Amino acid sequence: MTHIPGAEPQSRIDVWWWLVALVAGLVVLLSVLKPDPYWHLILFVRDGMAITVLLTAVSFVFVLLVGMLGGLGRLSKNRAINLVATLYVELVRGVPLLVQLIWWYFAFPVVIKQIGEWINFAPLANYQANAILLAIVGLVFCYGAYMSEIYRAGIQSIPKGQMEAARSLGMSYFQGMRHVVLPQAIRVILPPVGNEFIALLKDSSLVSVVAVADMTRRGREYMATHFNPIEVWTMIALLYLVMTLFSARMVNWIERRTKFER
Amino acid sequence: MTTTPIIQIENVHKRFGRVHALRGVSLDVRKGEVFVIVGPSGSGKSTLLRCINRLEEYNSGRITVDGICLDDAQNINIVRQEIGMVFQSFNLFAHLPVLDNLMLAQRVVRKRNKQEAKDTALSLLEKVGIPEKAQAYPSQLSGGQQQRVAIARAMAMNPHIMLFDEPTSALDPEMIKEVLDVMLALAREGMTMVVVSHEMGFARAAANRIIFMDEGQILEEAPPGQLFANPKHERTKAFLSKVLQV
Repeated sequence: MTHIPGAEPQSRIDVWWWLVALVAGLVVLLSVLKPDPYWHLILFVRDGMAITVLLTAVSFVFVLLVGMLGGLGRLSKNRAINLVATLYVELVRGVPLLVQLIWWYFAFPVVIKQIGEWINFAPLANYQANAILLAIVGLVFCYGAYMSEIYRAGIQSIPKGQMEAARSLGMSYFQGMRHVVLPQAIRVILPPVGNEFIALLKDSSLVSVVAVADMTRRGREYMATHFNPIEVWTMIALLYLVMTLFSARMVNWIERRTKFER
Repeated sequence: MTTTPIIQIENVHKRFGRVHALRGVSLDVRKGEVFVIVGPSGSGKSTLLRCINRLEEYNSGRITVDGICLDDAQNINIVRQEIGMVFQSFNLFAHLPVLDNLMLAQRVVRKRNKQEAKDTALSLLEKVGIPEKAQAYPSQLSGGQQQRVAIARAMAMNPHIMLFDEPTSALDPEMIKEVLDVMLALAREGMTMVVVSHEMGFARAAANRIIFMDEGQILEEAPPGQLFANPKHERTKAFLSKVLQV
């Protein structure tokens, strides 16, 4: 058989999966060899882990939507829409996420209550803060601004002729966006979008300061009764790593599957 | 060919900032006519073509297509459905195979069902001579093949008018012929065509009239034989002597 250099079919399995396996293996190994405290800790934080995953997944779906609207708004020729979108992006990305989360949890409910009292509307006046809901709002509000810029850049990277061709065939602006420009833009922005997903997963740990019992907060609670910071935070770090490394591989897999030549 | 004008352009002006790209252009294109626009680059010929389906909005004047004035066209998309356009850079949808390139607007705009759209697409691919490329992506085709797909894509909407914006300018010499052959076949079928091109061979073979544009104005208008044989303007003579030599 003749061998042509460079003509080997690309390996179907992404070799970096071994890193995910390695870290996951380490977690298993520690749990088996030293169930106390590692396995006990995992059992203790697993509900927090579920919250972290849920929070990230739900927030990210909305981030994708808000980002799309924000990105289209930034590109809109309508002055008012453009102004609103630009203000949103510029203001939100200038305030630390931690400060924003604290604002949504502590300040926002008070604002709502005061408005409720002011207009004499009981459902608002008696508003009770829902920590998880407000955490999602905070994450989406902040990450949506970053995502808007990613969408904007992605849409702008698609040659103008694509939209012109769509319009010349009688498609409306939105039909052209939906069927021609966005499908191409989304493939372009997959790497930075994947990046945002992983960043969001990590930043979701900040919600532990606003009464959400995520993995980080559960770790702190465990440490508070067992006084073993090295073991607790090493294991929590490893658990985050398993999730982020796994996500990175998934993003890579999607990228490879949706690739097309320009 | 009838004498009814299907495109009427009256005193159209277009400015891009300080640049006055079209300075009072008027012309009529009759139904079934092949109308060729030539002129040096920057003369406004592409701008004029793009005004006809309002990819470019003109500042003053009036353009009427199929009896609908573009100024008060409630829905420009309706007008555009009847006007096919072929671009210099092909502009095939890069993320879709050839067949889907031909089917998309049929499905989305014309609301045809899948089978109908597919049948139309396949018969048009047959017509432009590349039925075997139905599943290929645009990037896998040569320039000439891409441009033939682009023509088929526009034809799939059953337009009354076809606009060609320098359709062969981005092609290698050996691919130009395959595209011109498709355009010639279209012309013979009686399609109304407005063509911006420097292919004098095509103009000679297919055009009913040629206009020569310079600096945003029409300098001369004549049947091709007449324009080539004895151009009236010095500017036209100078231009043609350069183009025809090659």
